[in-house]
Amino acid sequence: MMAVPKGRDEGRVARLAPLLMLVAVVLLVAGAAELAPAVVQRRITQGLINLVAVVGLYVFVGNSGVLSFGNVAFMGIGAYVSALLTMAPAAKGVFLPDLPPFLAAAELPVAAGAFAGGAAAALVGAVAGFPLMRLSGISASIATFAILVVSYVVLGNWTSVTGGQNSLMGLPIYVGIWTATVWAVVAIVIAFFHQESRSGLLLRASREDEVAAAASGVNVVWNRFLAFVISAFLSGIAGVLLAHFLGTVRVETFYLDLTFLIIAMLVIGGTGSLTGAVSGALVITALTELLRQIEVGVPIGTTVIAAPAGLGDAVLALLMLAIILFRPKGISGGRELAWARGPKELKLSQPAADGHNS
Amino acid sequence: MIERVLQTLVDVVSVGGLYALTALGIGLIFGVMRLINFAHAQLIMMAGYAILVLFSQSVPLAIAAAAVVAILLALGTERVVFRPLRDADPATLLIASFALSFFIEKTMIMLVGSRPKGVDFLPELARQIEVAGVRLQLLQIVTIAVSGALLIATTWFLRSTKLGLEMRAAAENFRMAQVLGVRANRVIAVAFAMSGILAAAVACLFVAQTGLVQPRMGLQLVVIAFVGSVIGGLGSLPGAALGGFLVGAATILLQTLLPAELRVFREVFLFVAVALVLLLRPQGLIPAPGLKARV
Repeated sequence: MMAVPKGRDEGRVARLAPLLMLVAVVLLVAGAAELAPAVVQRRITQGLINLVAVVGLYVFVGNSGVLSFGNVAFMGIGAYVSALLTMAPAAKGVFLPDLPPFLAAAELPVAAGAFAGGAAAALVGAVAGFPLMRLSGISASIATFAILVVSYVVLGNWTSVTGGQNSLMGLPIYVGIWTATVWAVVAIVIAFFHQESRSGLLLRASREDEVAAAASGVNVVWNRFLAFVISAFLSGIAGVLLAHFLGTVRVETFYLDLTFLIIAMLVIGGTGSLTGAVSGALVITALTELLRQIEVGVPIGTTVIAAPAGLGDAVLALLMLAIILFRPKGISGGRELAWARGPKELKLSQPAADGHNS
Repeated sequence: MIERVLQTLVDVVSVGGLYALTALGIGLIFGVMRLINFAHAQLIMMAGYAILVLFSQSVPLAIAAAAVVAILLALGTERVVFRPLRDADPATLLIASFALSFFIEKTMIMLVGSRPKGVDFLPELARQIEVAGVRLQLLQIVTIAVSGALLIATTWFLRSTKLGLEMRAAAENFRMAQVLGVRANRVIAVAFAMSGILAAAVACLFVAQTGLVQPRMGLQLVVIAFVGSVIGGLGSLPGAALGGFLVGAATILLQTLLPAELRVFREVFLFVAVALVLLLRPQGLIPAPGLKARV
């Protein structure tokens, strides 16, 4: 939970402390990237895009305690919507000859395309969330898998609009380090003010104890729904950024492997706090990059030692398991950054977690 | 016409049976631990690889090896990953099984590569037989028979043996069952072993049907079976079997009834139907007793 200091004057600033510090971290990372070689800068840009995706997932998962497997679907929707609206009509004519006329002619500015991508994802999130948020937590988690499968099937087979299994190429490539940084900051600000809002706090209360929250008059379904839509919007934006960073979109990108990566980042960072989401994204991006280097091969003297392909994924999964087993609240321990460590939170006696009826 | 209908019906029942077995294996574990086991897919996958290694030597040996591998993997994952998490909440268990599932899959990809391997397992089942003037595939009849037999055997075990009774008691209220002398470790181990057997059976039928083994196999079956058990009512075993059956059957019905250009979208229709069912019955078709939180 948020550590809210008691002092009245320092209270307001201290409450904003996690936000300011996380933004500072992102700006520092971006500043460092500016000085780094181009290859490293690209990796850091990708890391910041991951950060937007993880923060987007966090808005729903972290605050509600309900795992979502559907957010990568929203990334895919954002990516394709923005691609279709911003590609040059000539390029669309080549890849997608059967596009409906209004889409074929559209060539929006990239910013408008980004917002349209986010809005489309939010809209789909709202439509899907309407039945799903009524389910109990664990059923809702499983049902979000359906969103992923449906989007994969639709994007992969609606050939006249998405190109089906073929990649779309020739997207405007405008996402560099600073575009990614701006959106990372925007995502953090949105997530922070959501979790500090009335709805966010009520949702966090329902995460701690759904029955008690509902009994105290919290409308769990509505607050989950709201978080789900915001989460879908941010995930959509992350998809837009990824598409316009790579310059191509492919339906395979937006399926299980990316879902696993984003969830692993959030879990390893710590699902309980925004600090966890941000640190997970940054730390795991660095780690996967390191592992990829090892898979490619590390020169030792004159020989190159390469690990078998797939090592990186296996290590990441193992790390995620280890975190769940030995440090279930992740790197952040479920806490936000603060100016100084306040007095340790009171340890309330935990009700015996029996996982069944409590 | 009659022939077409009968063939479709057999198709529907055999695929439905396969999904019912998968959903039942998942439901057994959910019943005693509130764990949604993604790694059930890897039980199926590893059993598939056991078949790949041994099928050319002896079919009974391959089937036995599939069962042994799946049971050992199920018990091993329980001991190493899920037992330390027994008091964790269902969301944590879900994440743990998701990570475990990926870990096993990615490790296999690292070890054997991701390319599918052909397995000519039980080729004699691929031939057609004629029943009352209707041509049917023998494999489908076998699938229906095996699914039916295992569903009946599981029901018998749960209803008529002491262990089965303990298991049902544990599914209803784990803490209370423990207080009354049910040994938690034993009941949970038996549930995992049974889910291993069911996974091995699914692997045998599935491999005979597709003729392929690959590290990613099983996941699609398991995801559809998950959705089936949510429709049936999580935590209820008859619900899991029924939900799994319905979802599997619906897949084939959609495949048959949809016009060709919409067939690729059958999962979309399936999941929209699922969403509608859940709007009307958020607790599932056969809601589990005792799942609702008590305070």
